[in-house]
Amino acid sequence: MKSSIAATVFASCLFIGLPTITVAGSEDVVVEDAWSRASIGINRPGAAYMTLRNTGTDPVTLVGLETPLAMMPDIHETTTDANGVSSMAPAGDIMVPPGETVSLEPGGLHAMLMRLQIKMVEGETFPLTLNFADGGALTVDVPILGIAARGPEG
Amino acid sequence: MLWGLAAIAIVGFVWLQVSSRSDQRTDEPAFRADFELTDHQGMMQTDEDFAGRWMLVFFGFANCPDVCPTTLAEVAAVMDALGSDAVQVQPLFISIDPERDTPQALAEFIPYFDADLIGLTGTADQIKRTSETFRIYYEKIEEAASPDGYTMGHSSQLFLFDTQDGYAGAWTYGTPAEEIVSDLRARL
Repeated sequence: MKSSIAATVFASCLFIGLPTITVAGSEDVVVEDAWSRASIGINRPGAAYMTLRNTGTDPVTLVGLETPLAMMPDIHETTTDANGVSSMAPAGDIMVPPGETVSLEPGGLHAMLMRLQIKMVEGETFPLTLNFADGGALTVDVPILGIAARGPEG
Repeated sequence: MLWGLAAIAIVGFVWLQVSSRSDQRTDEPAFRADFELTDHQGMMQTDEDFAGRWMLVFFGFANCPDVCPTTLAEVAAVMDALGSDAVQVQPLFISIDPERDTPQALAEFIPYFDADLIGLTGTADQIKRTSETFRIYYEKIEEAASPDGYTMGHSSQLFLFDTQDGYAGAWTYGTPAEEIVSDLRARL
């Protein structure tokens, strides 16, 4: 009986996207300066950027993304070598040490929004859920700026 | 196989030394822009079509959501900031993903960045030859977690060619538009 109540609580926490009772750390994550660029249609991937600040005392690890906007959102990283050759690859888990920030910004880490379900329209926003290793989740509204935007200010 | 050969062929080329920008206008440039490609409106374009204008050239691919739109946004900001001097500069985007980047595919996104920007693409062979004359590197990277199962690695500098097609310098990825504008103003 006890375990089934616990399971129900656990399941409902997951369902409404709140951190579960077991979380350690991810509730201390603050997301700032989220932005993305408008897409042309849905055939090509979009990208979103933001800063993750860990205000807590434990490291937190971002393990995945979810959004109704895209079937396959994933953190990718662009790297540029000494010869100026840039390429992109999945970044894997992203650890944010306590008291530090990790920036998702052009030319580095970005939320790669693959298999767009709807067009990204300038002036609108979309919800992006960040899933953390401790089971916690955080949903942010990401503003969609113009296609030629250069940063969170446009 | 073809891509492998292309990559091997290109790897042998001398890398551009981005840091050694030559301001010696009397010197023969390291190389000259040389291409024959199709623009995003379906018109054939060669380097000669832009004679008399400076060329700002960036290589990339339309499926690239990060480095390519970021650089094209910087190029658009550069063109804006140049004001009336912008007529002396032709910005060009050359695709290194001929498999996906048809002229029609480029037509869908090129005009959104800057009215003067011209997107260029071609057959796999034309793109390979272009990369050799520009001494840039590109490769197809198989990556299951990417759209269509692949992504492209490519030289991401913004190249500048003078009014006689001569290589005049390059800015590394991420150089702010303001810096590019002041460099350009000193040369125009």
